[in-house]
Amino acid sequence: MLGRIFALVVKEFLTLLKDKRSRLVLIVPPLIQLMVFGYAATFDLKNVPFAVYNEDRGFASRELLAAFDGSPSFTRVAQVTHESEIAPLIDAKQVLMVVHVGPNFSADLLSGRPVALQVIVDGRNSNTAMLAINDVSVMVDRFNREWAASHDGNLPPSHVETRAWFNPNLESRWFFLPGIVGILTLLVTMLVTALSVAREREQGTFDQLLVTPLRPVEILIGKTLPGFLIGLAEASVITLAAVFWFKVPLLGSLLTLYTGIVLFLLSGVGVGLMISSFAVTQQQGLLGAFIFMVPSIILSGFATPIRNMPVLVQDITLLNPMRYFLLVLRGVFLEGLPFHLLIQHFWPMALIGAVALSVAGWLFRHRMY
Amino acid sequence: MPAADHMTAASPAANPPDQNALEVGGVSKTFHVGARQVQALQQVSFRVRHGVVTGLVGPDAAGKTTLLRLAAGLLVPDAGTITVLGMDATTQSLAVQGAIGYMPQRFGLYEDLTVQENLDLYADLQGVPELARGERYRELMHMAGLEPFTKRLAGQLSGGMKQKLGLACALVRQPSLLLLDEPTVGVDPLSRRELWEIVYRLVREQGTSVLLSTAYLDEAERCDEVVLLHEGRLLAQGTPAALRDTMRGRTYEIAATNIEKRALQYRIAQAPGVLDSLIQGDHIRVVMVDNSPPNLGILLPGVSGIEMAPVPPRFEDSFVALLKEKSGNEEISRAPLADKTLTDLTHADAGKPIIEVHNLQRRFGNFYAVKNVTFSVGKGEVFGLLGANGAGKSTTFRVLCGLLPPSGGTLRVAGADLRLAAAAARARIGYMSQKFSLYGNLSVVENLRFFANVYGASVYGLSGKQGTSRINWALEEFDLAPMAEYTSGDLSLGYKQRLALACALMHEPEILFLDEPTSGVDPLARREFWSRINALAERGVTVMVTTHFMEEAEYCDRLAIMAAGEILTMGTPASIKAQARSEELREPTMEDAFVGLIKAHEQQEAAA
Amino acid sequence: MSADTRRGGSRMRLRGLVRKEFLQIVRDPSSIAIAFLMPIFLLLLFGYGVSLDSEHIPLALVVEQPNADTASFTAAFKQSRYFNPVAYADTREAEQALMAGRVNAIVVLRQDFSRQLRQADGAPIQLIVNGVDANTARIISGYVEGAWEKWLEHAALQRGQKLDVPVQMEQREWFNSELRSRNFLVPGLVAIIMTLIGALLTAMVMSREWERGTMEALLVTPLSMSEVILGKLIPYFILGMGGLVLAVSMALFLFEVPLRGSLWVLFATSALFLVTALGMGLLISTVARSQFVAGLVALIATFLPAFLLSGFIFDIGSMPGVVQAITHLIAARYYVAILQTVFLAGNVWSVILPNVLGLAVLASVFLGLTWRNARKRLE
Repeated sequence: MLGRIFALVVKEFLTLLKDKRSRLVLIVPPLIQLMVFGYAATFDLKNVPFAVYNEDRGFASRELLAAFDGSPSFTRVAQVTHESEIAPLIDAKQVLMVVHVGPNFSADLLSGRPVALQVIVDGRNSNTAMLAINDVSVMVDRFNREWAASHDGNLPPSHVETRAWFNPNLESRWFFLPGIVGILTLLVTMLVTALSVAREREQGTFDQLLVTPLRPVEILIGKTLPGFLIGLAEASVITLAAVFWFKVPLLGSLLTLYTGIVLFLLSGVGVGLMISSFAVTQQQGLLGAFIFMVPSIILSGFATPIRNMPVLVQDITLLNPMRYFLLVLRGVFLEGLPFHLLIQHFWPMALIGAVALSVAGWLFRHRMY
Repeated sequence: MPAADHMTAASPAANPPDQNALEVGGVSKTFHVGARQVQALQQVSFRVRHGVVTGLVGPDAAGKTTLLRLAAGLLVPDAGTITVLGMDATTQSLAVQGAIGYMPQRFGLYEDLTVQENLDLYADLQGVPELARGERYRELMHMAGLEPFTKRLAGQLSGGMKQKLGLACALVRQPSLLLLDEPTVGVDPLSRRELWEIVYRLVREQGTSVLLSTAYLDEAERCDEVVLLHEGRLLAQGTPAALRDTMRGRTYEIAATNIEKRALQYRIAQAPGVLDSLIQGDHIRVVMVDNSPPNLGILLPGVSGIEMAPVPPRFEDSFVALLKEKSGNEEISRAPLADKTLTDLTHADAGKPIIEVHNLQRRFGNFYAVKNVTFSVGKGEVFGLLGANGAGKSTTFRVLCGLLPPSGGTLRVAGADLRLAAAAARARIGYMSQKFSLYGNLSVVENLRFFANVYGASVYGLSGKQGTSRINWALEEFDLAPMAEYTSGDLSLGYKQRLALACALMHEPEILFLDEPTSGVDPLARREFWSRINALAERGVTVMVTTHFMEEAEYCDRLAIMAAGEILTMGTPASIKAQARSEELREPTMEDAFVGLIKAHEQQEAAA
Repeated sequence: MSADTRRGGSRMRLRGLVRKEFLQIVRDPSSIAIAFLMPIFLLLLFGYGVSLDSEHIPLALVVEQPNADTASFTAAFKQSRYFNPVAYADTREAEQALMAGRVNAIVVLRQDFSRQLRQADGAPIQLIVNGVDANTARIISGYVEGAWEKWLEHAALQRGQKLDVPVQMEQREWFNSELRSRNFLVPGLVAIIMTLIGALLTAMVMSREWERGTMEALLVTPLSMSEVILGKLIPYFILGMGGLVLAVSMALFLFEVPLRGSLWVLFATSALFLVTALGMGLLISTVARSQFVAGLVALIATFLPAFLLSGFIFDIGSMPGVVQAITHLIAARYYVAILQTVFLAGNVWSVILPNVLGLAVLASVFLGLTWRNARKRLE
């Protein structure tokens, strides 16, 4: 039995890796995508272009605006001298934000009258807009506190003491990179498995397998292992890159991490094989792969929190192995969660994998056309 | 009307009489297959005359399809010129394509379009004026006998109907030159006959020139002229009769009463002076190396009760002779299957039924692919299923091999239903599918190793050393050693077939299922293939085979003829031929018998 | 053969091809499903499912010594739609809840809350956020601080004092005043879905004709290659536009995204984008010639780049220069910019025109390469 499975696994590897083109397709794009996506996926604003419309000539406004210029989030790209210039700048997306300082800013401030700093943001991307406003308000707060301290203002003496656990500088890249490990692992398992049975069916070699003494379980193991091993290798490479290139901290144990990777690969390979053995043609296999992959990424909590979804959609995400994998990845990478706290995410992946693999194995002999 | 002179420009009447329809001058063409270079055509020159049917004949990989594609302007030659109707096929390819009709190997039909829609498409593409269409369609549909089916999807037509529709599409604008690439592959003899009638009517009534490629040598005989290609070179050109006549006095038929036919054929094939020998029902047809009469004492020493009679030569004889002279004789007449490891199952319990099928049914929706099929095959028998594409042969096979559940009836293969039996039971059968299913991107030896290992833990115990020696046996026996490292997808069809058979034999099965094992393969490869099968049968292996080659039916001990999912008749080749014997047809061929049965069946259907 | 005949014939050939393709679409429901069911299914799922507007964030409230002050402060949280506060008796228990992911943040009101409150530099409340999801963490901390300030102001007012804050930020969000994330996510989703549809419809159509042997029969007719490409493009374009109309109507009427630009600009630019997306599919299909490779390439090259590099969620301006340069190869990037502008801002030509140019360049590159690779030969 072991010999037969070994023969199958060798055959699968040869069909996947012997051809230069398919070897290239399996190895190169995921690594390139890791690099590109690793840098692309961040909510941290960097060099957001903004313009200043300063009607005040006092030093106070200059001081406040200096804080903007010193911030890595913003880059001043334009100076506005008249109100009518604001709209074209924002409309054309030349600036995301215009900071407007009124004519009597410094004078009012000195005489203790409350003054307003007007910030106009482009709300087309509401998330970016909100992040920009957040950054501005942090700067204004700091200015106020310093002003009050040096000018005897009556400012509330106390403040909120904030501590961010696991990610003290709130770097959003730390949040997204483990997610990208998950996405690319999913992509690779889909590439390896989604067309594998469908292609053998189209070429007639699957019949050939079925008339040998191979049992469905053996075929299943033979088909699972290559996707599993390739996925494991690529997940390891991507993890290494995340840790050593992107410097994401890996606080948890490798054992916990690999338990998660192994279980996720099982569920991913299982679903891929299930799609593939259900499909009669490669085209159907491809369609199935898309229909599985797109929602499993968008509804995984990768970019937008699951909590924000309506209850019905939240329930649907319970079927999504990616959802659990992301929780495991982030937990192990950033929070250093111990094994026992993650068992709640391990078993659903194991269950999905077991069900999908059994269905795939059953379909081998029962899906006939 | 401008469209009108567009039409006449290419109409047959406009051809100057002294010009050839196609002139091929010194054409060479090389393809890159993986890292290898394959020389598809080397310095080929010939002419195709106007108003006749020219056959392009040659074994697999001879370059027939390449040549047709070059003529259609689909490929550019590396060297040489191709002139089609006075135009250069390379530089004026659009004009050439406007003047010819071309039917590619799989007929080029859209299976999800109806007959009418396919015709409309090609009429649009060929620029047939709307006004002329009604008349033309009527003519074509009448000719193809498709009038009742214009609203049917092309995918739901039978193989023969598809082929006629493909032809109608190629003819929609009345071409001066018609190119047909293996138009009759996989089509039953009745439909083939009808196609030939259409082609000849075209030539006769409209003066169309036709160039067609074929692997059926009996069809080559129907051409006015044949062009023989072999490994990219021109072997001969002439009328079939002239080529056939070179073989006069070299062909005989031998029958022996007290020796089994396969053993007889084996001995004849070994004898000196014999070029070719074939089993034909109860006889062995022999072609000698030259026309000195054969000496029975030398041919079959120590065998008594032999009858020998001269028979008229066939075109196939000259073809085989030419090829064997070309490639050297030793390769083919070598002792088939010198296999010492093969278990000798001979006659232990020969004749005991090993495959039993009773009232087998297989339904797809409300369509019966197989209905009420009953037969049994004895141990060591070669049993054939004969029928056109879609007759239900492959479905029957798939059910027998446990690949499809039956909708009704019972079946036993080696005492078990393979679909339900333990995995080990499957180790007793070997299966070779229609498409020669190999792993195309694995090399020859990797394919062999895979199948050896997959069967490795079987009851035959084929592990380690034994597995390796088995691979060596396969490489040796099937002459695959020189190409052991080649990617199997790049092999020619003949070698793919050999490799597929080798893979199916890796575990020495007791029963061998061969689904159209020789489809698309040339006569030489077919002979070689059958010599191996015969040797297996000699050793007691039960062989079940499907085919649509009538001559292959002659090799079987018994055969069943299938049509529309039913068995029409069953028996030995001789008894089936005998059924067709009549006053005007004293020596009916298998094809005559087949056509007669099908016609009778159709009449019965129509009456019901 | 006069030029005139050739043109007339061309019309007829093209008509024949287009009709054939339509008949095939009608007979094979999977293309119709891709064009019409997929946008509905994906938009419903994602339109409702994808949102960056955090609400009901689970939050632990630890009040070490309840009194009137703490009660009035915690009341503010209980009314907020952003938080689901849960009371915990002590900090350790709350921290365990944070570790286990049951809450996203802890607000601790210290034992000496009232005293710290009045002390210079005092920190009566402490906020611990789970920083893993940095975005949510920022939102939480911004909100808690806002709530704190408002409460202080309110408390001061009750004591008859006025708190003066030197500079008050006055924010104005143009185009999307409530900063509803759906307003920018839904147009982005339309772009992503159209990318998928474009690629899926065409990625296999050419390779399928090669594998089924019908391409050979087409090539031997007097068709020119541009006619073959147009014959593929026109039917799937019409189908894709149908899907687009559906997606746009859902965005407008179901998700109530405002449309401030004009409808014709929306459709004209969408048409251009569709040509680009179909062109990419055709290119993949032509170059691959086998359905297997075409499928793999489509899987890699369409969805993830459109999702991550188009500006749909992640701001392109904040990416490093090299990555920004790469985004110029992604057709969805231009389309997302156009859609977000046309929906939320109006016909801003200074945004639309450069992006239209980008799309036009990509479309001609894709179609040009398809045309070059799909020569009328079999090699």
